[in-house]
Amino acid sequence: MTDHDHDHDHDHDLSEATAALRVEAIESLLVEAGLVQPERIDALIARYEIEIGPLNGAKVVAKAWTDPDYRQRLLDNGTEAIAELGFGGAQGEKMVVVPNGEGVHNVVVCTLCSCYPWPVLGLPPAWYKSPEYRARVVREPRAVLAEFETELDDEVEIRVWDSSAEIRYLVLPERPVDTDHLSEAELVGLVHRDAMIGVRLAGVVGERANHG
Amino acid sequence: MGELSLAVEGPSAPPRSNGEIAFDAPWQSRVFGLTAALVEADRLSWADFQHALIVRVGAADATGVDDYWGSWSEALGDCCSTAGLVTAEGWQERTEALAARPAGHDHDHADHSHGEHDHVHH
Repeated sequence: MTDHDHDHDHDHDLSEATAALRVEAIESLLVEAGLVQPERIDALIARYEIEIGPLNGAKVVAKAWTDPDYRQRLLDNGTEAIAELGFGGAQGEKMVVVPNGEGVHNVVVCTLCSCYPWPVLGLPPAWYKSPEYRARVVREPRAVLAEFETELDDEVEIRVWDSSAEIRYLVLPERPVDTDHLSEAELVGLVHRDAMIGVRLAGVVGERANHG
Repeated sequence: MGELSLAVEGPSAPPRSNGEIAFDAPWQSRVFGLTAALVEADRLSWADFQHALIVRVGAADATGVDDYWGSWSEALGDCCSTAGLVTAEGWQERTEALAARPAGHDHDHADHSHGEHDHVHH
């Protein structure tokens, strides 16, 4: 990222203050009208921050790696197969699981805003929501993946899936080699969030290059 | 005020289990939680909100502004206005009223509670 926006610190602080006031204002109006309770807001924030996260998706992936029948069900109907493990969204969107392998690598984006498979991945990381990622991963996916230190062979086809309010995609990464001795529970630890978005391979954990 | 577990920024910001903090400031998580609570209470539909968010994010993109949570906040306002929950004018008036509070109003929550901050009003 560049640091050009340091020139605008003052404006930025002002707009931050205004943004915070606007949120406080709309909350206070909705609370006073009896439409929402602050305790529920607290609880939902905590739920998304703590309870719902990429561990859910990792369990789905590890089960698919170890149970061929489950894998098939997952690819046939992602929403139902994910619900088998108890994960589902209040949003009611359809979940589609796209498998890596056989010369294909999948990566997920939401070019319009930030649609994301929350029930299995939790809250989206900041970079997923950035205009830069949303535009560039479509235009030059191989270059974007390289910035995540994901180098694919030239003959591997990269498919970019554009999420929408109706359909959320989850990448089923390939099981790392030499992991036959690992249990399903142990495999869960190899499935990082980024592998399920498709910007990294499973078993690889790291920070995005050039991203603070 | 709600007890948010996230520090605003800097070294005291707690790490997340997946390695990234989703929110840069408490108001961002607040507006997220507020939206989720309205959906849970059937006051808004996620689909309607998503469509409003797409419009707001698209408008921000067009101006080159990267203000995701600001777009979220405005999209929520759009939905609340459409649903008749909060008017745009009412929102603006309340924002200005909160802005007019004396300086330092938000540095003494532990000492005493102002009526306008008292969210536990049952």
